[in-house]
Amino acid sequence: MKFQDEFRDKRLVQNMAANIRRMSERLKAPVNFMEVCGTHTMSIYQYGIRSLLPDNVRLVSGPGCPVCVTPVGYLDKALLCAADPRNIVATFGDMLRVPGSRSSLMEARAKGADIRIVYSALDAVALAKNNPERRVIFLGVGFETTAPTIAASILEAARQNLDNYCVLAAHKTMPVPMEILTADPDLNLRGYLCPAHVSTVIGGNAYKPLSEKYRIPCVVTGFEPADVMQGIEMLLAQVLAGESRVEIQYSRAVSWEGNPKAQRILELVFEPCDAVWRGLGTLPGSGLAIRSELAAFDAEKVLSIAVADEQENPACRCGEVLKGKLAPFDCPLFDTVCTPEAPVGACMVSSEGTCAAAYKYGR
Amino acid sequence: MCLGVPMKIISREEDTIVAEVDGVKKEASVMLLGEDVAVGDYVIVHAGFAISKLDEEYAEETLRLMKEIFKPEDMA
Ligand code: SF4
Repeated sequence: MKFQDEFRDKRLVQNMAANIRRMSERLKAPVNFMEVCGTHTMSIYQYGIRSLLPDNVRLVSGPGCPVCVTPVGYLDKALLCAADPRNIVATFGDMLRVPGSRSSLMEARAKGADIRIVYSALDAVALAKNNPERRVIFLGVGFETTAPTIAASILEAARQNLDNYCVLAAHKTMPVPMEILTADPDLNLRGYLCPAHVSTVIGGNAYKPLSEKYRIPCVVTGFEPADVMQGIEMLLAQVLAGESRVEIQYSRAVSWEGNPKAQRILELVFEPCDAVWRGLGTLPGSGLAIRSELAAFDAEKVLSIAVADEQENPACRCGEVLKGKLAPFDCPLFDTVCTPEAPVGACMVSSEGTCAAAYKYGR
Repeated sequence: MCLGVPMKIISREEDTIVAEVDGVKKEASVMLLGEDVAVGDYVIVHAGFAISKLDEEYAEETLRLMKEIFKPEDMA
């Protein structure tokens, strides 16, 4: 397919690797670059990008998978919604096997809870329309790529005057966690491969404050292997020149301004709020809450759902994996107790989770 | 979950398109796209919505640059 095959060209990727190796000889110290996009993580493992890089150019995976950064307490709330037979819980497929404190949605469904997998948030709106006597609760998880689609579903439900559709929203937004990680001296990050699809919505400009404040190079990068290699090369070139700018490698899909219509719909429906990230804790202004004018569509307001004593499996090291401080292979449970069939942590569940990618494609 | 797939629009009716990649067809909404998209355009489809239009000129430009910077004969 156009836009894909050419960017997977083996020879091109190998030439790029040779160029990166040559550039790396001029580095005075090893550099760490972080990718904060699950699709990048997947692509890096799938195409063995790490094996193409010299030892002094290292890639670390960050909190780029929205399912993985969703805290256990959210799952517990979703399970509480599912326990009421008057409700239908609608969700994207990858939430199904994420462990809550005591069980997962998959287990709840096996025991008879009405949990439906949908492909689009609009499918959940249709479910509500077709089941007027039931309440449909959609699990709104995802970064700025997904949040506008959920916002659109709320506007659509409002347009259709549906009073039985609501969203349990746990959306998170991107540049904030990157600031926290940049400031972490242990990680010693020297550059970011900025998320491809998030950036189609927020645009390259969104990373400018981060890049300026911390003097860190940021390159918005596509997810095909040649894109990732070029992104790394652009970061390396900035490091070698002592620069710290935002650049867009993925210009075929991302502009500086982003997608203004998606941004407008986001703003109509959501407002910034503090949010809990698994592994990172509560980060101010890093989440999206449904505006009070639209409280009728906010599951938190419509239903009183409070959960107590949320419990993470203490042996799971997801928190450190998400911060880039631990490689999946170094978690003692990896591939012994924790596998995609029987995941202990969210990072092993989602197809874009770092542990799942490492399991599937190996080192 | 964040998966976005580049697809070609093969039909459009109001805000609903049918897009195709590798013979797989999917319906998607173009509610989130400000710019006009038409049959024949490529878009990134994510969770049932087209979120971005792909620009062929930029795609070709990127490839041209890649090939130019990374010419094999330059490689030591
Ligand atoms: S391997 Fe499993 S238990 Fe270990 S960090 Fe990853 S998800 Fe958690």
